Amino acid sequence: MTDTTPAAASRYAVADRPPFRWSDALLRWESILVLLLAAVIAFNTRISPYFLDIYNLSDATFNFSEKALIALSMALLIIARDIDLSVAAIVAVASLAMGEASAAGAPTPVLVLTGLAVGVACGAVNGWLVTGFALPSIVVTIGTMSLFRGLAQVVLGDQALTSYPPAFQAIGQGYIAPGVPVPISFTLFLALAAVFGLVLHRTVIGRRIFALGNNPIAARFSGIEVDRIRFWLFVLSGLMSGLAAVLLTARIGSTRPNIALGFELEAVTMVVLGGVSIAGGAGSIIGVVLAVFVLGLTTFGLSLINVPGIVISVLNGALLIGAISVPIIARRFQRRSS
Amino acid sequence: MPAALKNRDVLLALIVAALIIGVGVRAPVFLTADSLTNMLTDTSFLFMLALAQMAVILTRGIDLSTAANLALTGMMVTLAARSATWLPIPGVLALSIGLGAALGAANGLLIAAVGIPPIVVTLGTLSIFRGLIFILSGGAWLTSKDMSPAFLAFPHSSIFGVPVLVIIPVLVAGGFWLLMTQTPFGRSIYAVGGNPVAARYCGIDVARTQFLVYTLAGAIAGLSGFLWVSRLGVAFTDIAPGYELTVIAACVIGGVSIAGGIGTVRGALLGALFLGVVVNALPVINVSPFWQMLISGAVILAAVIVNARAERRAGKLILPEARRAA
Repeated sequence: MTDTTPAAASRYAVADRPPFRWSDALLRWESILVLLLAAVIAFNTRISPYFLDIYNLSDATFNFSEKALIALSMALLIIARDIDLSVAAIVAVASLAMGEASAAGAPTPVLVLTGLAVGVACGAVNGWLVTGFALPSIVVTIGTMSLFRGLAQVVLGDQALTSYPPAFQAIGQGYIAPGVPVPISFTLFLALAAVFGLVLHRTVIGRRIFALGNNPIAARFSGIEVDRIRFWLFVLSGLMSGLAAVLLTARIGSTRPNIALGFELEAVTMVVLGGVSIAGGAGSIIGVVLAVFVLGLTTFGLSLINVPGIVISVLNGALLIGAISVPIIARRFQRRSS
Repeated sequence: MPAALKNRDVLLALIVAALIIGVGVRAPVFLTADSLTNMLTDTSFLFMLALAQMAVILTRGIDLSTAANLALTGMMVTLAARSATWLPIPGVLALSIGLGAALGAANGLLIAAVGIPPIVVTLGTLSIFRGLIFILSGGAWLTSKDMSPAFLAFPHSSIFGVPVLVIIPVLVAGGFWLLMTQTPFGRSIYAVGGNPVAARYCGIDVARTQFLVYTLAGAIAGLSGFLWVSRLGVAFTDIAPGYELTVIAACVIGGVSIAGGIGTVRGALLGALFLGVVVNALPVINVSPFWQMLISGAVILAAVIVNARAERRAGKLILPEARRAA
């Protein structure tokens, strides 16, 4: 290290961050995602004249905002070396609770609070099992996924709850202001993404999450309350799932036992494509937001030319594997040539 | 507690036995030979897939694409058998194993040669396989009309009075037992999962072991795909949805450690048997099948808590919380 920092007086000067280099900036995962996003937009504009329409685009965000909200908290969990596969099942339970409350005549604010509270409670169960019993989170959340989804199935059977007040449905279907084509759900996602980004990258808590994801034992020995942070991350994941449940239930106006089926894998795909290391300790919220747009706009563009959703999932799967393997292979060639 | 009860396999076997007897007391029809045979054939897929998944998990991996592989191979062999009507059943069997192994090898290649984490690879191939079924079939359902009588009859046939769907899992289980306990390859699977670095220093080719394990898991999924499709007489995009998680659940209940290196053929079989008994017993005692998921969730959590207690090693740490985090 040749550059001078305030600590240069010591023999072991440690730079707070490495010096800026263009090659590093261009090879960053986020830059690759920006290029990918540009390619997706260019491609979609070519294949359909209806793609670059502000009303179409804003309506397209309805389809991914709920999953994207879950992806934000999932990113924090994966950075902290955990995972929550029960998020979609939490959506089902929260939606169920709201459906029952609505059937009992609860007003809209109570419905929203019910959804959020049930999400928090489910997240707390996950957090308690993972930290209290020292269990691997992937197994615990596969278990609670069955438990929560099973609860919804037992209560609902093959029925659906469909009576929701119009004011509640407006939350999921409405725009931030009359005449402004920006959905409430999308605005919430952008605002919360900014909050998550600030907390993760600019606060002590964010630093601690990275530290415990990189090395939980070292983090514990440095005085970081590892288990307490992990517990609250699961609660946060439950809260975001509850929020997604509010938006999704309000948007489609019904609760079925299979609501949000498969959301957990889609959220994980968004996070991993966003450059968050599945081994923990690395990643950024910007990357996750970019990945959300790449996946969301790919789906929207292809559905404009009537490609069935299941075929789009082939592309998403290939995108996930391709996006991960290209830099790994490139790095291997770099190492070989140097 | 007597020493025998501390062995989790014995405990699990006792619980399964108690469950069967308990249900039998309430509904004696459950204990008839017909009903028990039906339960075994119903669970045959879970037995085989749980064994394959066990081998994968032992290497510290996970295969989320099992059910999608099963569905895709099922569709491919149905299409192949429809256009190549001359193909005899052994040929179809070999084809399903080969196709499944090829799909598994794709996983193995990405994991072992490229070095992408297994959960990411199999998450990706899960959607790719499911989508390919739709593309291959054009979204159509292939029903028994599209299958030859021999194709449909195979899973319902018997050899010396023993159903094929009992014989095949028994053969697969025997094969896995031999492989895991009697061969160097089985040893290397445990070694790779127990400590990959140490395994490498012992001269074990970690990448090769991983590749072969995923290929093997694919072969089993492919075989199950043919049996599944021909047994139900239908092939479409969404057969066995989410079944990969049931398979993983069977492993967890059977004491396979998700951290790798710990697990036995006996345990995985017992875990699968447990889930099979629960699924088949519920309708007999007039409990709505909607309870099935809730019960298996509760059982997974109970099992993993019991497992964690058993795996906890003795030793003193200055900061016990630190190890919990690890």
